[in-house]
Amino acid sequence: MREINTAAVTGLVSSLYQEANFSLPADVLAAFRNATQLEKSERGRKVLESLLENADIAARGRVPLCQDTGLAVVFVRIGQDVHLSGRPLAEAVNEGVARAQKEGCLRASVVNSPCLRRENTGDNTPAVIHEEIVPGEAFDIAVLPKGAGSENMSRLRMLRPADGLTGVINFAVETVEAAGAQPCPPVFLGVGVGGTMDRAAGLSKQALLRPAGKAHTDPELAAVEQEILERVNAVGIGPAGLGGTVTCLGVALEEVPCHIASLPVAVNIQCNCARRASGSL
Amino acid sequence: MAVKLKPPLLVGDVTSLRAGDEVLITGVIYTARDAAHRRLAELIEHRRDLPLELEGQVIYYTGPTPPSPGRPTGSAGPTTSSRMDPFTPAILSRGVRALIGKGERSQTVVEALQSHGAVYLAAVGGAGALLAETVIAAEPVAYRELGPEAIYRFRVKDFPAVVVNDAHGGDLFRSGRDRYRRRS
Repeated sequence: MREINTAAVTGLVSSLYQEANFSLPADVLAAFRNATQLEKSERGRKVLESLLENADIAARGRVPLCQDTGLAVVFVRIGQDVHLSGRPLAEAVNEGVARAQKEGCLRASVVNSPCLRRENTGDNTPAVIHEEIVPGEAFDIAVLPKGAGSENMSRLRMLRPADGLTGVINFAVETVEAAGAQPCPPVFLGVGVGGTMDRAAGLSKQALLRPAGKAHTDPELAAVEQEILERVNAVGIGPAGLGGTVTCLGVALEEVPCHIASLPVAVNIQCNCARRASGSL
Repeated sequence: MAVKLKPPLLVGDVTSLRAGDEVLITGVIYTARDAAHRRLAELIEHRRDLPLELEGQVIYYTGPTPPSPGRPTGSAGPTTSSRMDPFTPAILSRGVRALIGKGERSQTVVEALQSHGAVYLAAVGGAGALLAETVIAAEPVAYRELGPEAIYRFRVKDFPAVVVNDAHGGDLFRSGRDRYRRRS
């Protein structure tokens, strides 16, 4: 049995959330650089250069990469031999997000009671927290600041089993086409297939944690990811939607078993500012 | 060559622009997003006084991050423009000449741009740190209680944008997409 005081969780979440908002992961920057070679539109290449310059300015000056510093999505993997002491885990995580907002001069982008009042909570909390219990004594955290521009363009559909793989691929392509210039292309796609509607949605978000350019370990699913990528890049939206051959920088698809009568598909669009950071205690 | 724009703008300054033109804006622009738009549109509907003069002005859809000490603003890139679509015809009726944001506009907005003589400009979404470098000074002018949704007066130097919807029906999002679409 390993004991972890949740005060350490607060510190880790705060530093990860700030790091994610100031510095893009190396794989995302590599995807930008690669795209400047692939993009046929001069205007598109100029947008990609701007994104690289933006990343440089943000990292050097510790300025948020984007003014939408996100709704905090926090994935926590807890080994079942870990005992958490101190404040409840959710409180500790939210305290970390609030501390990051204050220390990092991040934006408070959360409103409470979306049905009735829409009042800003003032500290960018609460986070959306996903907990997973795993064997052993590990304690891992991944943060994903999620901007609303791309989140708002994400979609879920309960397909018929008869729609099959073609239906899954078509739905992903249609989702990007319908989103157009709005989600800050070039985008990344997380595709979740199977389970129930909530499981598919969660899976599509989790897929966004996979580094850009890393294909699925199953070669058949990797081929599906590649097909979605090629078809999306044929729609012409391009960087910033100004027209071009690079609309998407990466597709990560995950699947889980589902009901004999179901084929749930969720497509989570991630903007070009594909921020994430992870750490362990 | 980018076209230099110095607000306040006259109708002639914007009707000479065409979709695809690159512009650099120097001078004053005003930030406004969802909550500020709702308030302004309500005042316009009830023919009340506005907290700022809109004639000839440029509206930038952004909700900046708080500035770190010594800086005029934090990160300040464009937000999704379509959320402002329901309020935009009212805003344009008061003489706003240019709107800056990201993503497509509704057909109603596209037509209102033509009837009022105004343009819609796109800035690069996701480049908030880069765009903030063009902001020399910032001060809240209305609705401070809205925090990031308050209206700020930005003094900018060479703020870069591209004309997406001009005052003559030109549409860069449509033409750009058509040009690079490949049939699969």
